[in-house]
Amino acid sequence: MIAYLLRRAAWGALVVWLVATLVFVVYFAVPRDVARLIAGRQASEETLAVVRARLGLDQPLIVQYGRYLGRLTKGDLGESFITQEPVTTIIARDIPVTASLAIGGAALWLLLGISAGVVAAARPRSRIDRAITAVALFFYSMPSFLVGQLLLFFLFFQFYLAGIELFPPGSYVPLSEDPLQWMRFLILPWLTIALVTGAIYARLTRGAMLEALGEDYIRTARAKGLSERRVILRHALRSSLSPVVTQFGIDIGSLLGGAIVTEVVFGLPGLGREVVQAILKQDLPVIIGVTILSSALVVGANLLVDLLHAALDPRVRV
Amino acid sequence: MKQTTEIRGRGPWQLAYERLRRDRAAIGSAITILIAVLVALSAPLLAQITGHPPTMQFGHTGLGPTGIPVGPGAEFWLGTDGLGRDVLVRIAYGTRVSLLVGVVASGLAVLIGAVVGIAAGWFGGIVDTILSRLMDVVLSLPFLVLALALAALVGPGLGISIFLIAFFSWATVGRVVRAEAKSIREREYVQAARALGAGNAHIMFVEMLPMVGATVIVYATLLIPASIGFEATLSFLGLGVPPPTPSWGNMLADAMAYYKVAWWLLLFPGAALLGVTYAFNVLGDSVRDALDPKHDQTIKPGGQS
Repeated sequence: MIAYLLRRAAWGALVVWLVATLVFVVYFAVPRDVARLIAGRQASEETLAVVRARLGLDQPLIVQYGRYLGRLTKGDLGESFITQEPVTTIIARDIPVTASLAIGGAALWLLLGISAGVVAAARPRSRIDRAITAVALFFYSMPSFLVGQLLLFFLFFQFYLAGIELFPPGSYVPLSEDPLQWMRFLILPWLTIALVTGAIYARLTRGAMLEALGEDYIRTARAKGLSERRVILRHALRSSLSPVVTQFGIDIGSLLGGAIVTEVVFGLPGLGREVVQAILKQDLPVIIGVTILSSALVVGANLLVDLLHAALDPRVRV
Repeated sequence: MKQTTEIRGRGPWQLAYERLRRDRAAIGSAITILIAVLVALSAPLLAQITGHPPTMQFGHTGLGPTGIPVGPGAEFWLGTDGLGRDVLVRIAYGTRVSLLVGVVASGLAVLIGAVVGIAAGWFGGIVDTILSRLMDVVLSLPFLVLALALAALVGPGLGISIFLIAFFSWATVGRVVRAEAKSIREREYVQAARALGAGNAHIMFVEMLPMVGATVIVYATLLIPASIGFEATLSFLGLGVPPPTPSWGNMLADAMAYYKVAWWLLLFPGAALLGVTYAFNVLGDSVRDALDPKHDQTIKPGGQS
């Protein structure tokens, strides 16, 4: 078990290193003048030379790569080309917003998705099953920015026209300042993430539940006189959670990607919006920092899933 | 004695086709997709009929006195956008982009995935290890962040969008095909081909490829809507199809500034995007059920109903 986890952790470290190398190659090894990018088009040759020397761009590539990896292992992600702020400071400032968005969204999608899947599977082919399946496919088909836009249009703007300002976009209030306002500004973004991702969970849970309900141990549970409710919630649901956990690992890791679009639509000052702006302005250290952080998140989430699997399914622990 | 029903042998593909033909949801989505294809093909015709080329700005007729877009009416059937351009014509041209990107990107992804998957499954050993690890790496990349960063670096465009979508999608297919290829490899008929002296390429592409055909078709159908959504997202963030070329994604990005005064800018392109992706997803589900009736888990021994 421990050997297995160590192997997984080593593999994860390798993936993060590969991503770090990939972004380095993409950004620094291709012939392009990074110094001019920072100093601006009108910069003189002397200014460019100063910038190059300061960032070590005048060194051979392999030296630059070594320094880059060395700084990474110390947790130093460099400074923004535009604001000169350390990237770690920027990330630390934005992360509460993205974390609020991600954690609330994930809780909501698990709740919505799993319960919809269980209700649908309890009565396969019934009207409620068909309705849930159709609605799930509806949200599954939409890119998340469109869900966000439609929520803005129907749940914010239509109420706004009626004179009620329920969930205005474009603001964020920290949880520590005012929990109620924090929720108010985050409800639509949470819903956006939860509807899109929850739809996958509804489909997944339904499928796994139907499979589990066909197993012999369910017949045994029914035969010994357990209530249908107990059979479904205690016996069938537990074994159905395994694929859900796998999917959760994938999704929690790529949540940052989902947050990008949601933060842009709702104007939330989080990491996702930060990275889009950095990309549009070619602020390389910020892009690289966020990319490495998000690959570390994916890897960390996968590791967590392996642990959870071991806890849920005794067969994995062998 | 007269035989009333003719008995004939039917292959698995024929059976699947007949199951599909009886599936009303599949028929409905196939018709929706057909309409989308027709709209895409007739986009120039539509521009001709209305007299509104997709990127032409109608400053006098297409914008209200205060410069806001004009709603749906006799002149502009689905209204105009913030620059006074015809929304209907732009949606029609956007259909071309979406279908093109959807079909080409998923076709590429499925092709690469199938080849890599079969190669990994057939050769096994070190080849399998390397290819599997490669797929693991691609699957654990933060794809949206990387795709945006790469698109910005190369400069946004149709070609780079297709490449990026295919690059981040093939590994999913590859993984599934590899698992299937591993079991097909052990079948007697493959062993027989081997014994007859067939080469690697012959076994992989003539003997094994048709056997994973069902999986490949299902994935291709389900990857199309995913690719369309991916392209729309890239364009929405300004890193997909660059304006003024219309795409549903960049039209919806424009809608962000105007949705309070011009609902048609949001709802019409949104409905087009949703309609096409929904239809492809329904069709994909139906194709899967038709090719693999076992997948329909509602009829299982011991299960409820």
